[in-house]
Amino acid sequence: MNKKIKQKEFIIEKTLLLFAGITIITTIAIILTLFGESFLFFREIPIWDFLTGTTWAPTLKPRSFGVLPLLVGTLMVALFSSIISLPLGLGSAIYLSEYSNKKARKVIKPILELLAGIPSIVYGFFALTFITPIIKQILPQTEIFNVASASIAIGIMTLPMVASLCEDAMMAIPDSVRNGAYALGSTKMEVALKIILPSTATSIASAFVLAISRAIGETMIVAIAAGQSPMLNFNPLASIQTMTGFMVNLSLGDIQQGTIEYKTLFAVGAMLFMITLIMNLIAKGILHRNKVRY
Amino acid sequence: MIEQEENKQQKNDRIKSRLILNKPKNNEESINTSKENIKIECKDIDFHYGTNHALKNVNLQIMENRITALIGPSGCGKSTFIRTINRMYEHVVDTKIEGTIHLDKENVLAPDYDVTELRKKVGMVFQKPNPFPKSIYENVIYGPRKHGLKNKGQLDLIVERSLKKAALWDEVKDRLHTSALGLSGGQQQRLCIARCLAVDPEVLLMDEPTSALDPIATLKIEDLFQALREEYTIVIVTHSMQQAARISDNTAFFLNGEIIESGLTDDLFTKPKDSRTEDYITGRFS
Ligand SMILES: Nc1ncnc2c1ncn2[C@@H]1O[C@H](COP(=O)(O)OP(=O)(O)OP(=O)(O)O)[C@@H](O)[C@H]1O
Ligand SMILES: [Mg+2]
Repeated sequence: MNKKIKQKEFIIEKTLLLFAGITIITTIAIILTLFGESFLFFREIPIWDFLTGTTWAPTLKPRSFGVLPLLVGTLMVALFSSIISLPLGLGSAIYLSEYSNKKARKVIKPILELLAGIPSIVYGFFALTFITPIIKQILPQTEIFNVASASIAIGIMTLPMVASLCEDAMMAIPDSVRNGAYALGSTKMEVALKIILPSTATSIASAFVLAISRAIGETMIVAIAAGQSPMLNFNPLASIQTMTGFMVNLSLGDIQQGTIEYKTLFAVGAMLFMITLIMNLIAKGILHRNKVRY
Repeated sequence: MIEQEENKQQKNDRIKSRLILNKPKNNEESINTSKENIKIECKDIDFHYGTNHALKNVNLQIMENRITALIGPSGCGKSTFIRTINRMYEHVVDTKIEGTIHLDKENVLAPDYDVTELRKKVGMVFQKPNPFPKSIYENVIYGPRKHGLKNKGQLDLIVERSLKKAALWDEVKDRLHTSALGLSGGQQQRLCIARCLAVDPEVLLMDEPTSALDPIATLKIEDLFQALREEYTIVIVTHSMQQAARISDNTAFFLNGEIIESGLTDDLFTKPKDSRTEDYITGRFS
């Protein structure tokens, strides 16, 4: 009898281990392919030229592999989308946790969840067919494909994540703490700014980093709305190309395994992977440092 | 005339109680020779949570520099009552209050009475210790800083004075800048008392301040009250008859949102007028 239970337990445990193992193996496989092909790439193109070059033309002759235009494009999208998602997300979180009553929460929370569930391709077309025309009306020099429009869409898309991560942290602070501050004569705003924000600063920072890292990795929206012109420029109203935009663009055409174009894909992919990995590690690091427990 | 009579009686009782209970009441003479002042006068308080009539025509006088204990079974409205005095009920939705609460002759329930001012004068300590997730030092100076004090030297002074008054200074003076959440429950509660004292209130409201603490921490805080009553007017909710008898001067017995009986603690415990009071204090209450 006892033996049977033990056997059952054993089988369950090993099965679950196998499931966990699959994800680990997949991750390792991805990393190996990425870095293996990249290694071949850097045998042909010096890594220094790749990182500091300002001309990106991997498919045209004369070829050039300076990744800076892609990097700048990516960072611009990350920056401009953060300008939308971070303050709005944090603001919504403060409103939801400190100000709203039950009724308002009942309306706002599902809307945020809905926003988070919209596929990014929808956001992409929304940017191209709705946001861009509006920007163009205000600033006629705006190009059809531009950074601003894609960034706004990404900002809206990542806003719910920022809001919900921040709100979770704020709701974790017990009401007794708020009451303590109210009993000392604090207003709602003082409670939000002097008690809630400082005590959730680490969670907020890590939510911010995660949102930025999502913006960096976002592909569909930039591919549709930000354009495909890998020119080094800092104009948010002009078309650019991001790392992800380049990758999706190149892989749409048929490229032969073993060619330099093929390897380029992996080099850019590896770089993207490194950036998001570092961002995620930063977010984790922030969270683990002086985390408040109740 | 009647008031004088009461005073005399009270004095006698006080002396008697000191003999019996050995309360450490230091400069009692100086307090008692002066006329006893009403600090807070609650008149005809009716309070509703939605349709729940939680306080029914409550009348109570709270004396200056005295400890007033509020006792009664769970759900009878003690917390609700104590929260009317500093208008904390305003943070609960759908409440309604009628009546007047005069603090030094001013009605604090009047809409134009500034809540921030009120809560500066009337501090509150909660059942569960609720330090802010900040350092010990930051906890204490939260109130003074909020009310506009910036001078570092003065703030340091306030921290030391408040923590000493709360009998916590010696235990934390070497770790003022570490997190308050690292303190024990009893220490946290004394920190909350210090945080309250830092804004120099006149009245301290305490809602079961020792119910989450062990007996030793409880005794420490009870001793503290005896020292504090010389400077402050204290209102304390407690479920412990012994605690009420040990530390309070006056007691009010609540039942189903009404005050059944109130008066000198010694009278109320030795010769209760109402049979329901007697049932409750003797534990015969169901
Ligand atoms: N926030 C609230 N919303 C609605 N009803 C409440 C609220 N707080 C208290 N009540 C109700 O008001 C009545 C009095 O509650 P109160 O908390 O004042 O009792 P209490 O005497 O402090 O009890 P206890 O000794 O258990 O703390 C109860 O019927 C309670 O259910
Ligand atoms: Mg209570």
